[in-house]
Amino acid sequence: MKKTFILGALTVAAMSAGAASAATLDDVKARGKLECGVNTGLVGFAAPDANGRWEGFDAAYCRAVAAAVLGDPDAVEFVPLTTKTRFTALAAAEVDVLSRNTTWTFSRDVDLKFEFVGVNYYDGQGFMAPKNLGVSSAKELDGATVCIQTGTTTELNLADFFRANNISYEPVPIETNAEGQTQYLAGACDVYTTDASGLAATRATFEDPSAHVILPEIISKEPLGPLVRHGDPEWGDIARWTLNALIAAEELGVTSANIEELAAGSDNPEINRLLGTEGNLGEMLGLEADWAKNAIMAGGNYGEIFAKTIGESTPIGLARGLNAQWKDGGILYVPPFR
Amino acid sequence: MTTLTDPPKESFRLSMLIYDSRYRSMTIQIVALIAVLTLIGWLISNTAQNLADLGKQPSFSFLGESAGYDINQRLIDYENQDSHLRAAFVGLLNTLLVAFMGCIAATLVGVFVGVLRLSNNWVVARLMTIYVEMFRNVPVLLWIILVMAILIETLPAPRAFRGETPEASMMLGDSVAFTNRGFYVPEPLFSRGIGDVHLFGEAALRFDVSLDLIAVVATFIAGLLISGLITRRADRIQAATGDRPRTWHWKAAVIVIPTVAVLAILGFYLGKPELQGFNFAGGTHMRNSLIALWLALSLYTAAFIAEIVRAGILAISKGQTEAAAALGLRQRRIMSLVVLPQALRVIIPPLISQYLNLTKNSSLAIAVGYMDITGTLMGITLNQTGRELETILIGMLIYLTISLTISFVMNLYNDAVKLRER
Repeated sequence: MKKTFILGALTVAAMSAGAASAATLDDVKARGKLECGVNTGLVGFAAPDANGRWEGFDAAYCRAVAAAVLGDPDAVEFVPLTTKTRFTALAAAEVDVLSRNTTWTFSRDVDLKFEFVGVNYYDGQGFMAPKNLGVSSAKELDGATVCIQTGTTTELNLADFFRANNISYEPVPIETNAEGQTQYLAGACDVYTTDASGLAATRATFEDPSAHVILPEIISKEPLGPLVRHGDPEWGDIARWTLNALIAAEELGVTSANIEELAAGSDNPEINRLLGTEGNLGEMLGLEADWAKNAIMAGGNYGEIFAKTIGESTPIGLARGLNAQWKDGGILYVPPFR
Repeated sequence: MTTLTDPPKESFRLSMLIYDSRYRSMTIQIVALIAVLTLIGWLISNTAQNLADLGKQPSFSFLGESAGYDINQRLIDYENQDSHLRAAFVGLLNTLLVAFMGCIAATLVGVFVGVLRLSNNWVVARLMTIYVEMFRNVPVLLWIILVMAILIETLPAPRAFRGETPEASMMLGDSVAFTNRGFYVPEPLFSRGIGDVHLFGEAALRFDVSLDLIAVVATFIAGLLISGLITRRADRIQAATGDRPRTWHWKAAVIVIPTVAVLAILGFYLGKPELQGFNFAGGTHMRNSLIALWLALSLYTAAFIAEIVRAGILAISKGQTEAAAALGLRQRRIMSLVVLPQALRVIIPPLISQYLNLTKNSSLAIAVGYMDITGTLMGITLNQTGRELETILIGMLIYLTISLTISFVMNLYNDAVKLRER
């Protein structure tokens, strides 16, 4: 009798241990908080504001996921990660989702065993140089000293670009964006390279942004997006469809201003399905029926978040460009909610 | 009548393992050993299990793949299509370079400061105390970052050297430029050089050694050996006749003349750096990351070495100095013949651990973007391949090897100088 009990307890313990590693959703619910990996500080994307509250394009996604899962956009613990520590932190389950302008590449998806849940910003790598350097194209950079963050795709792109154009350069590896800014402004490197959005965000913090130009060459494709660990497809679905809900909301004209009204019922069945007044999409995800409504209310739809954090009216001043809805000439195109 | 009773033949009982003091300590040790081995085994199997769950089987095949990234400071030829192993090797050489330069500088500064701290001059002694306390009590990472910040913010950019009336100018007859990207200094070149010898063919660990350098160094060492023979001859004559012949000009001649002759034959000249495009070209570029790391590590470690040296000298009782003085020895010879030989045996063992510390602290290099083994293998390679476990294991093994080698060499030296007791 006693033996059976012990064996039974062991079996249960083994099973629950096996299950615990898989169900991120249960972990998050039990914790009551979403652990979200973000940049150590890139204004516009993820940086603490004057009150210490994390704000920005990537941070807003974290809040949307927290709102969808826990109903509270502030139930997020932001974990600042450098380019070097981000993957280890995600793989070791220190964070539930990584929303840290990370480029979706084959090897990260397949070899590093992560699951990219979509693209929230279509970017490309560019160069920034001081105006008085007199450089108008990246191809004139033969022999230049280039500041670059280590452990990123930009490092490999840079090597490829200079090799393809048969010109030389001197890389200066740096660990964080802030450090790169210091070196660049002191003239310890001639140009600074990272994703074009990051360059714009960095330039916006300069004393005199107009003294610096972003060179016309975009030398790579950098689809940036949030990612989760392999092996928990349910959690991946939640992360993926929260992002899709934000983008679909903009396409369908659901904004934080009219969402309460639309959630009471509308003529558009897709809006009804999205906001949970029709169908049971939330239940399929293992969430409440109003998960998408909560996510959208956290910071607005994709367009609102973009405009608020990095859009043209902000100091960062990024145009929508590729990141406009497909109807407006961009390439944002989410699968239907049905 | 006396009865002799044999002590009862004890048969071995299991409880004796605990209650019998003959066996107890062994029992405890074996149990502890089993516990430790079990813990290690559990850690390994747990790691292997977790990696298998993630679908990441440990594999070292990534070392052969193309690295794809560039490294600025290369002591050997490397380009971004070379393998990760080659990149790690470049990083390893950078680690060894800064560790080697750091150990030498730290020893020089440390001995200097340690001796001066014992100076009778109040100001000098206090200044040295301030130096030691300042460097010893602030984390070395902060010193590295501070030195780097000073280099970047105070020195002019290469741009400032350009134009009709440049804001900055080169020094020492236009041969040295101090910029915020590092120091550009003349490099030794040979117009009639005899080339390089290529070791290891095309393998990832291939290595070029300059024959010119070997020729010059060999000649110099031969000169030193001959000068040693001259000294010994002088000793013999002194022992036999009491008169020491004057030898310094002979010694200088056998060292300098052959070395200069070899340099002249090889066509030695200095390649000066020149402003070209964005940067200086030609010459040797000592990057500010190297300088910052080197200076900070050496000054920091020198503070500890200074204390070790001071302790070593104070360990020799004052009576010995006074006795030597009474025999008529001069101050300098008291130091070199009486005090130092005895002080060294106190100094060397802790000095070894300072060298090890310096070498291990060099792994903070990434703070200033110096591409050492931590920056290449355990930094970029780890990131690009996602092989955390494998790269860290290799890295640990490399640091272990370096440290054990340093200990081994220094222990040999310690054996050579330690007090011979008869």
